[in-house]
Amino acid sequence: MSQQAELERSVEGMPTWPGQGFTRVPYWVFQRDDVYAREQEAIFQGPVWHYLCLEADIAAGGDFMTTFVGDAPVVVTRDNEGAIHAFENRCAHRGALICLDAKGKGKKDFACVYHAWTYDLTGKLTGVAFQKGVKGKGGMPPEFKISEHGPRRLKITTLHGLVFGSFSADAPDFKSWLGPEIEPRIGRVLAGRKPVVLGRYTQVLPNNWKLYVENVKDSYHASILHLFFTTFELNRLSQKGAIVVDETGGHHISYSAVDRKTNTAGGEYAQQKIRSDSKYRLADPSLLQGFDEFNDDVTLQILSVFPTFVLQQIQNSIAIRQVVPRGPDRTDLHWTLLGFETDTPEQRLTRLKQANLIGPAGFISMEDGCVGGFVQRGVRAASHEQAILQMGGSTAESSESRVTEASIRGFWKAWRAHTGI
Amino acid sequence: MSNIDNDYFFAIARAQSDYARCIDDDRLEDWPAFFEEACLYRITSAASHRDGYEASVVFANSRGMLTDRISALREANIYERQAYRHLLGMPALLGQTSAGLRTETPFMVARIMQDGTTDLYATGRYLDIWNLKGEAPKIVERIVVCDSSRFDTLLAIPL
Repeated sequence: MSQQAELERSVEGMPTWPGQGFTRVPYWVFQRDDVYAREQEAIFQGPVWHYLCLEADIAAGGDFMTTFVGDAPVVVTRDNEGAIHAFENRCAHRGALICLDAKGKGKKDFACVYHAWTYDLTGKLTGVAFQKGVKGKGGMPPEFKISEHGPRRLKITTLHGLVFGSFSADAPDFKSWLGPEIEPRIGRVLAGRKPVVLGRYTQVLPNNWKLYVENVKDSYHASILHLFFTTFELNRLSQKGAIVVDETGGHHISYSAVDRKTNTAGGEYAQQKIRSDSKYRLADPSLLQGFDEFNDDVTLQILSVFPTFVLQQIQNSIAIRQVVPRGPDRTDLHWTLLGFETDTPEQRLTRLKQANLIGPAGFISMEDGCVGGFVQRGVRAASHEQAILQMGGSTAESSESRVTEASIRGFWKAWRAHTGI
Repeated sequence: MSNIDNDYFFAIARAQSDYARCIDDDRLEDWPAFFEEACLYRITSAASHRDGYEASVVFANSRGMLTDRISALREANIYERQAYRHLLGMPALLGQTSAGLRTETPFMVARIMQDGTTDLYATGRYLDIWNLKGEAPKIVERIVVCDSSRFDTLLAIPL
């Protein structure tokens, strides 16, 4: 079957996407099992790169960590020559998980608990218990070859300490996958320094994974839904910013920076970030007393790589968010909070304080945890109604205004290109 | 158990039940008063605690930051109306440190949403240090170690 015919077969039975372009999104894409299955096949198993872990998570030979690429459980390892490997966490024999621990060190091999089929650190099958039987009886037939079996292995690539993998041999070269604008912006946060994991937790979202990804890319909602900064009149400095959407539409950067030009004219705001006459004031404003980490006045940079990787800089709070679909209406959001080896104790304390801005209890991120569920519940009986995405026009291009839904349209552009829906 | 230990046990058990009622009755404005002015309050998970991760789901190293949590909940943050029901176990007295008496108290917290949906939201333990010199025991340090690292939807109300 040709690739085109295969695509048509797998989207068969699904409703047709309404109209041309990306200004309307039908709600059935957040609900249907067949859409979910198609995504797993075309995106998570397809020629797409997925974030796996940090190089620092598997720093030494024998270190391993388990993660997910869509529904697929995955083991990531470092061998004793220093190379990184990833393979499906599925025994070649009868499909049981090979590795039950979330992470560990000093591993020589993995033995499936069910029948002790054994794998080396690269995911290669190295042994089958009782292969030759016992006392000449039983065992595998002579034509069974260990070398012909094993869990699927992923292609691996790394960038600035991040490990990405793909199940598909057709995954494009990683640099061209990212395009020219994204890599330097990842580098801005991570290049040339060693990250230290400061914390991890998982937020369980009661909604389809794409509703969270839409939220990440939605610069329109930020000042409306998240009132923490506004209420306490924080960050009153005039800000400038922009949205960058890559050519495929799938990756984006949203940033804001202190606008020096406007602020030198204003004088006063430039010197004091917190207005003293506001009705609500922080009793302890040290929460937001950060340090200049990047020498570029950028106070916020949210960066996403299609489909489910987010790198966040909110002041000095640096985190990776990995979005893992767990069914059409459930998503795990894995947060990894970062510091760096070069942090001074004061800088480290600042990061711990600013961690209050993010995660399930985040002064800013809290609302993002519930708003996807509001949509999931709101559209329950409206599969064939549509979301409107016309803020800022109909294209998926970079924009100097953040009152735009361009990067959400970009996401749908990439999603449709991959799924054929 | 000596009489002094008995006194401590009852003083802390009382403080704990007052603490739980304060949150469950939605008197959150009174919650920071259970803490010393210079205090540490963190919400973390058993795995993060075991791995020595410093960052938390909630972090406050002053009573002012606790007050800010509550004013943000009241004035700024948007979330569905919800309430907790805390069930606390007995405090275990773990010994004196220079900062005060160390205790560990297990908890279970149910979350009740506005439509009545009630879920077991969190289980875990309070790892505390108490100052017993004043009239009522005050919390010098409370590390809320949740047994799971998975937090459903959001964590608005403190534990």
